[in-house]
Amino acid sequence: MSKPLSGNEAVAYAMKQINPDVMGAFPITPSTEIPEYFANYVANGEVNTEYVTVESEHSSMSVCIAAQAAGARAVSATSSCGLALMYELLYVAASCRLPIALACVNRALSGPININHDYSDSMGARDSGWLQIYAENNQEAYDNFLMAMPIGETPNVRLPVMCCMDGFITSHAVENIELLETDVVRKFIGEYNPENYLLKKENPLAVGPYDVSPYYMEHKVQEAEAMKVAKARILEVAAEFESISGRRYGLFEEYRMEDAELGLVLMGSSAGTAKAAVDKLREDGVKAGLVKIRVFRPFPGEELARALAGAKAIAVMDKSEGFSANGGPLFAETRSALYDLKVRPYLIDIVYGLGGRDFKTEDVEKVFGRLADIAVTGETYPVYSHMGQRSKEETA
Amino acid sequence: MATNDMVEIRWHGRGGQGAKMACMLLADVAGLEGKFVQGFPEYGPERMGAPITAYNRISEKRCNIHSNIYYPDYVAVVDETLLDSIDVTRGLKEGGAIIINTPSSPQEMRPRLQGWTGKVCTIDARRISEEILGTNFPNTPMLGAMVKVSGVLETGRFLANMEESFKHKFAAKPQLIAGNMATLKKSMEEVQVG
Repeated sequence: MSKPLSGNEAVAYAMKQINPDVMGAFPITPSTEIPEYFANYVANGEVNTEYVTVESEHSSMSVCIAAQAAGARAVSATSSCGLALMYELLYVAASCRLPIALACVNRALSGPININHDYSDSMGARDSGWLQIYAENNQEAYDNFLMAMPIGETPNVRLPVMCCMDGFITSHAVENIELLETDVVRKFIGEYNPENYLLKKENPLAVGPYDVSPYYMEHKVQEAEAMKVAKARILEVAAEFESISGRRYGLFEEYRMEDAELGLVLMGSSAGTAKAAVDKLREDGVKAGLVKIRVFRPFPGEELARALAGAKAIAVMDKSEGFSANGGPLFAETRSALYDLKVRPYLIDIVYGLGGRDFKTEDVEKVFGRLADIAVTGETYPVYSHMGQRSKEETA
Repeated sequence: MATNDMVEIRWHGRGGQGAKMACMLLADVAGLEGKFVQGFPEYGPERMGAPITAYNRISEKRCNIHSNIYYPDYVAVVDETLLDSIDVTRGLKEGGAIIINTPSSPQEMRPRLQGWTGKVCTIDARRISEEILGTNFPNTPMLGAMVKVSGVLETGRFLANMEESFKHKFAAKPQLIAGNMATLKKSMEEVQVG
């Protein structure tokens, strides 16, 4: 089935096909249209989900944690400051090993107050123990949400999954999309059958109690091991998904990287814009390519190092600041991943697109221009810089 | 950086006039015709009456570019008072056209377009809407005029698909279907090209 849908509607439709047991829903700003669309499905009797409206995102995540701990499949959706309000509970969900699926529509955090797209919200949650999968467009947002179930619910993973898409650029844009038939989706995701859960009377248990020092570290190590296992599981699920959809996914997507000398590492919708620019540069004889990071947690460090090893100069594009004074979060991961290579490409970080600053094919061409210079001169200063901001004269 | 087989459209309107809705409807209906489409608004502080911009890309191949549109083929101006505050022809391609909701003629509008020498089209969307629907919903007649002027969709199939779309949209108010179809047809007949 092919029709134009917005990213929000696409993810709501994925949720409808999944027909989760519970949705924790804070259905007003800064949430998204996702709970709004889903509320219609509930009202029309198209799903039999327990739709729990709450007073905040702190509570919507609490509802998901309680429901999933009880043995139910729970989902939620949020954005920006809404995710920030969930932070405390994100860690609880992950450490309780509850495979909740959360749609995160990436928008800037306040302040200054801004509603537009960047990754400052989910990047702030990158150490919470959630898997993070990013979408380039509405199709990937839909596909990723379906794959979240069999990834997170696998017994040796059992971690929550955050499915991210770009605010407005993807969430509010109508584009063509291929939807799967609902019976195919149901078969693909299967039933959620956890080993242990609160409502299992044969095996009473407590979930989320105080974890004293003699146990806490063991639990954290198990959580870290699960995150490592998730990498292989993501690829298995991607292969299964390809067999029902024909669409291929990996930990990241390499675009024209086979003989690329200059390349970008970036995420989300910007990767699409950059692909168009790469095509044009290739026509002009520039050996350009890009790697689009799909899975940020677990971070595919070794695989990424292999993909970038042959290039001369790489720019990492960070759409969140991070304020480390040493580059953005994607840069930190990428540079760390390259450390073990004997011969490394030159690497720079460019922070761009904050608070919805538009990213154009011309911007991509500028970055490749700089990479071409670096490949010749080896001069990477400044390693970490910003692009797209106006000068003092321009803003005066 | 659009390719030749892609049509890019920029909509200018004021919050509450339905420019975004017209943009989304065009994406929907072009998608039904098997085209690859994008329809997206540019969000700022949303207030009734504040200027808003929305965009369409329509092409035979999937478009990966997700930036705003800086060099449109067509521009629609849903509220002519925007001409005083916004450079609506900015980046408009030479062979393209601007379509303005106004009772004036293309000849009368041209001097207000800051030296634009390309095609100027006008449509009295307000009058058409008020005559047929009894109220001012300029977006449907603007959509009709856009499809007519750009030729981006074949008229017969466009009208048939719009009727389907209206049947779905106005399922609870079927009396609005005929009126909206009439405004589309009327604007396609009346749009002036100068």
